Amino acid sequence: MDYETLRLIWWALLGILLIGFAVMDGFDLGTAALLPFVGRTDTERRVVINTVGPVWEGNQVWFILGGGAIFAAWPALYAASFSGFYLAMFLVLATLILRPAGFKFRSKMDDPRWRGFWDWALFAGGVVPATVFGVAFGNLFEGVPFSFDGDLRFHSQITLFSLLNPFALLVGLVSLSMIVLHGAAWLNYKTEGIVQARARKVMPYAATAFAVLFALAGVWLAHKEGFRVAAGLAHDGPSNPTLKTVATVTGAWVKGTTMPAVAIALAGAGCALLLRRMPLWAFLASALVPIGTIVTAGLALFPFLLPSSTDPNVSLTVWDASSSKLTLGVMLGATVIFLPLVIAYTAFVYRVLRGPVRESDLGGHSY
Amino acid sequence: MDLVTLSRLQFAVTALYHFLFVPLTLGLAVLLGIMETVYVMTGREIWRDLVKFWGILFGINFAMGVATGITMEFQFGTNWAYYSHYVGDVFGAPLALEGMMAFFLEATFIGLFFFAWDRLTRVQHLIATWLLAIGTNLSALWILIANGWMQYPVGARFNAQTMRMEVSDFMQVLFNPVAQAKFVHTVSAGYVTGSVFVLAISAWYLLKGRNIEFAKRSMTVAASFGMASALSVVVLGDESGYTAGQNQKMKIAAIEAMWDTEPAPASFTVFGLPDMENHVTHLEVKVPWMLGLIATRSADTPVPGISELVGIAQKDIADGLIAYRGLLALKQDRNDARALKDVDGHVGHLGYALLLKNIRPDIENATPDEIVRAANSTIPNVPVLFWSFRCMVGLGLWFIALFAFSFWLSAKRQLDRWRPYLWAALLTLPLPWIAAELGWIVAEYGRQPWVIVGVLPTALGVSSTTASNVALSLIGFALFYSALLVVDAVLLLKYIRLGPDAPKPEEAA
Repeated sequence: MDYETLRLIWWALLGILLIGFAVMDGFDLGTAALLPFVGRTDTERRVVINTVGPVWEGNQVWFILGGGAIFAAWPALYAASFSGFYLAMFLVLATLILRPAGFKFRSKMDDPRWRGFWDWALFAGGVVPATVFGVAFGNLFEGVPFSFDGDLRFHSQITLFSLLNPFALLVGLVSLSMIVLHGAAWLNYKTEGIVQARARKVMPYAATAFAVLFALAGVWLAHKEGFRVAAGLAHDGPSNPTLKTVATVTGAWVKGTTMPAVAIALAGAGCALLLRRMPLWAFLASALVPIGTIVTAGLALFPFLLPSSTDPNVSLTVWDASSSKLTLGVMLGATVIFLPLVIAYTAFVYRVLRGPVRESDLGGHSY
Repeated sequence: MDLVTLSRLQFAVTALYHFLFVPLTLGLAVLLGIMETVYVMTGREIWRDLVKFWGILFGINFAMGVATGITMEFQFGTNWAYYSHYVGDVFGAPLALEGMMAFFLEATFIGLFFFAWDRLTRVQHLIATWLLAIGTNLSALWILIANGWMQYPVGARFNAQTMRMEVSDFMQVLFNPVAQAKFVHTVSAGYVTGSVFVLAISAWYLLKGRNIEFAKRSMTVAASFGMASALSVVVLGDESGYTAGQNQKMKIAAIEAMWDTEPAPASFTVFGLPDMENHVTHLEVKVPWMLGLIATRSADTPVPGISELVGIAQKDIADGLIAYRGLLALKQDRNDARALKDVDGHVGHLGYALLLKNIRPDIENATPDEIVRAANSTIPNVPVLFWSFRCMVGLGLWFIALFAFSFWLSAKRQLDRWRPYLWAALLTLPLPWIAAELGWIVAEYGRQPWVIVGVLPTALGVSSTTASNVALSLIGFALFYSALLVVDAVLLLKYIRLGPDAPKPEEAA
């Protein structure tokens, strides 16, 4: 396989891993974000926690694997994005660290203050990552202030405040509403009675918020400066991001190719809302929202991965920020073998654990 | 403190914290598999109680391992950006494979382990438990392949077009002999930790005169599994020493505080006070022949001393500078044929030239005196390595003795007779963790000044972020982890006190 094709496949795989993360970990992040509101009593909250209790650890591996795969296939992106977004990343890690402890430790002490503390810790562990990831994505469209020196050492001028620009915050809210919708759809599917009723009540608000904010971001983007490769970028050239020139063009991020994905995201939100009395179908529809949104963002940015606002010429793209051909090939082979295996046994586990979580199920090893 | 020191400190703190939980996960997972196998084969309920009780403690520990592990996966990018760019093509692959082959396996089947006792048949549940154990061990395999490559970077070469290391032969990275020795040594250490944990807590029950049948069965499993593992740690630790003798001569010379090359076979220093300033070791007590046999597996190959290795480093630095000057010429003219030839011929020692970056930025103009200084910087901290290594080995020998005695007592069915023995078993509880952390200090601190031996000096690997950012995250992680560690310890103690036959608190709540 040639270098160009391998890079394109790994760009697609990056999207698939992000989608895996947003769809799988997305519903447990959303569930955690809703925990204090859909569960009022301790038992209700335990029902909510136990809907994701057995599976959230596996779901979170999509995030970890996303990190590992970016490291292996896009080392320049791994280095630049995580060191550039330093404090944002610290915030995400700190709240994600709370989750294992929250799930595992919460119900092991009886004190209501202890349990209340962990409930809010889980809430933070859901809301903060969901929002920060959106803000980070939003900044890709703004361009991020960074440059490279002659040794290809990455220098960033990013601060926590430079990340918090209005457009990025809007994308943060798009992400949050998407995750909350997905979490509500999950609870609608996995619970009964009052908890289910409360989760179902959240769905119209979340779906509407998502659709409006997503459309707003699209309109805003049409008036924004986008990036376009001007010259000097061979698709099978060396992974050195300093050899090309890039032009900025208003509206360059808005592309016709994204329209089917936009339609999928909006249709997913609409169907999740309309089908909410058929919980499994509503949940599957809400999974289309992150799929459509991530594909939209990926196609809009293509071939850019991390645009630079200080020196657009050194922006990272699909064609000059990848691993070597050999590494991409070997890792593709491993992915083709192991990812289907992972999906197969994950599906088996969900089958074993199928059916709603009831109060009578709490006990034994449950949280 | 400067950026490099803070970044190293943060990595050390987060990695050492993470490794408080990893060895117990490795060991207990396999012990759970063994106990559940006995349960499925005999059908006796008490064995299921064993699995369930040790499983609760496993779960609390596993959660902490996951929590502290998340940071590790991203820390290379956040704090070691140049490192990630420079070696990501090689180093990233095992990390991604770890996610795909190991993390998914353990994280998915831990859900079934806890939640599916009633939803699976006995054999199905047993399979889930073993897949969980295999997942944890595969995870150790991949991360140690990555770490082994940092110690002995085979199968990769520098690419001048992309200014980074790239894989030339994946099989060499995969079957790196250092990585294999490290893997066996590390998982065996994990098994010892799990066995000591089970042994010590069971001893406490026997001292209290409670849960006697339960404790004796647990101890029997721990004694036999621990015996095999403790032998494996020391025998295959020796194997680590052997490969270090081949590729990491400086590390072994520092561990032995061997300043000058000795005629073969070299002697082993049992006691001494190494003096970094004057390059001598005071009050040495030596055992003749021992080191030569361990490090070279022969009686006539000399083990090189620190002074000789520093001399070799000087030559390597001078050689690496030829490649570095070639790279500078290539930046002016990408097609400069002579520069290309210089880079090709000398790039193997480029890393040694980069050591000069700690002394001056324009290293192409380095003076002979500066080259000597850079060569001297390849000596790691000798007293720390010397003593960490000796304490670790001493503890390893103690574990063998303890398990051998436990094994003998359990064969004679006298595990609950000897209170001094039970106290010794209980007091051993913290020791495997100390040994494991010392082992990492020897491995990683002993690798300094390199982050990748001979390829990239540690100081160059950091991100171009600000020291205040790193100070903030370092303090944040330290406080956060410490608070979680306290919670973890409180919960473990609570469940140990409740014991195996107490009602589950979830049921009581």
